[in-house]
Amino acid sequence: MTHMDNVCRSKRAAEVDVSGLVLEDRVHTSLYSDPALFEAELDKVFNNTWVWVAHESEVPESGSYKTAHIGRQPVIVSRDRKGEIHVLLNRCRHRAATVCEGKRGKVKSFVCPYHGWGYALDGELRAVPKPEEYEGVFDKKDFPLVTVRHEIYNGMIFATMKADMMPLADFLGGAKKWIDLFMKQSGGYPMKVLGDHRFRFPGNWKIQLENTTDAYHFPVVHKSFVSSLDEQTSKVFDFLDGDGFVEDLGNGHSVMVMIPALVDLEENLDAPIPDRFQDFAKELEREGRSDQEIRRLVRAVGGTGFNVNLFPNVACSMAFFRVLRPIAVEETEIHHVALGGEGAPAAFNQMRMRLHEHFQGPMGFGTPDDAEAWERVQKGSYAGLDEEWILINRGQQHLKTSQDGNVAGAVCSETGMRAAYRQYKAMMTAKA
Amino acid sequence: MNELMNDVTAFIYKEADMLDFKEYQEWLNLWDADGIYVVPIDPEAEDFRNTLNYAYDKADMRKLRVNRLTSGEAVSTQTTPKTVRAPTRFRILSSDSDRVTVRCAQHISENRHGVLRTYPADVTYTLRRDGDDFRIVEKVVRLLNSDNHLSSIGYIL
Ligand code: FES
Ligand SMILES: [Fe+2]
Repeated sequence: MTHMDNVCRSKRAAEVDVSGLVLEDRVHTSLYSDPALFEAELDKVFNNTWVWVAHESEVPESGSYKTAHIGRQPVIVSRDRKGEIHVLLNRCRHRAATVCEGKRGKVKSFVCPYHGWGYALDGELRAVPKPEEYEGVFDKKDFPLVTVRHEIYNGMIFATMKADMMPLADFLGGAKKWIDLFMKQSGGYPMKVLGDHRFRFPGNWKIQLENTTDAYHFPVVHKSFVSSLDEQTSKVFDFLDGDGFVEDLGNGHSVMVMIPALVDLEENLDAPIPDRFQDFAKELEREGRSDQEIRRLVRAVGGTGFNVNLFPNVACSMAFFRVLRPIAVEETEIHHVALGGEGAPAAFNQMRMRLHEHFQGPMGFGTPDDAEAWERVQKGSYAGLDEEWILINRGQQHLKTSQDGNVAGAVCSETGMRAAYRQYKAMMTAKA
Repeated sequence: MNELMNDVTAFIYKEADMLDFKEYQEWLNLWDADGIYVVPIDPEAEDFRNTLNYAYDKADMRKLRVNRLTSGEAVSTQTTPKTVRAPTRFRILSSDSDRVTVRCAQHISENRHGVLRTYPADVTYTLRRDGDDFRIVEKVVRLLNSDNHLSSIGYIL
């Protein structure tokens, strides 16, 4: 880090103080709209923790890459010739041009489009055109693409700009158990990203962060989705009066269990096949799949009954990854990443993609209504003078202790939001 | 050929008008029973069944999509009260006694929360001849920006 960077960071950070703006039961409305706060968040939150950048299956072989962001910073996730994964700043060491564009692909090397510096997949600077003029000026080995520290948990690749960040496994802590449960939905095959839906909405990133742990909105916002389901399935999604819960997992993470029967997809394999998967089961049977495999795939195909919200930018949400990217104080990009099984029967991955299309993305039956609600939150948050607050106190008086010893509230409580904002406050008020 | 072009363009204009003026039941009737409506993400995709799309609707999903648009239950469909679309640049790619494949450009404009947006797209239709008329066997809407981020689309492209 250069001296200038440090000066800029500490100057920006000094301008904001959220200690009076984030209370246990409410957050101040300016959290959605203050540009200085947004700048401070990029530094103090996104540059200061583990940020999800990719799933291993998105860089399946040597030469595969995926572009991603840590806050505002463009990065490349690549797999080198030896099969090692790297996370690199997408910034030429000469005069800063990005060396890689596009969502994902396969390359032999990264060649800067501006003056042609060529980098290997691990970031090493291999060649510069007309090297004579650099004689005695610099040594190529000192100018690789900057490596960002990364660690992987159960296929999920996280990177951090913070040199002394705690190990990923410690950071995930109580969430690891839920990530492991989530990964069971690839039906006994390795988990594989099948594609993603990307869209933006005019609103602050924390509105989306809150939403993944907000069961309260489901029957209201997603009425049209529920209406599009068969009777049996719509009952499954009628979970507000059920035994679900929201549990604070520490470090800002939480899990919201909406459908307790769909927590462990390796259990209850003998349960009757739901109506909506009857045709799918028959198709597998026609392919000659064993009864045991059919039951495993049917049980897995619809995904889990819970959302794991990982602070700050990713959630394992029922059947997909929800990734958020802060663009500006009132603009956020969301990726809904579809998941399936590598080598699984085609019918399984097809069903997974059709279910994803049904709810997710800009033309899904669910997402557009969420986006409409979030946009309305942003608009409404400008009303009032300086005394307006966002309430996150739902279920605060009905807390229990979970099996794992964590604080837990009812499924429609705002326990997960309180967990996220507690972490947010701790990071935003930490001494630099 | 001219006559075929006239028939095909008249059919596609009619479809566009039905969607802009929300005659959804009539629109559903334009389809072949096995017809597929696709809005791909990947501009190169051809094997839509084995690819993630924005929409991949067989008859049952088309019907559900129409229900969602007309039920009044989906708040996002209420905020785009009107679209205006203009298909143009028609070219017949192939035709035989049974089917016609035609490609055109389409500009759809929407007005959502006072923001005017346009989605240009290449649209490819596979039409089955049905007496003097056609039935849609496949409609593929390749948005110019399909590979980037979109905003909510609360109508049928
Ligand atoms: S900016 Fe990359 S080679 Fe000059
Ligand atoms: Fe939602």
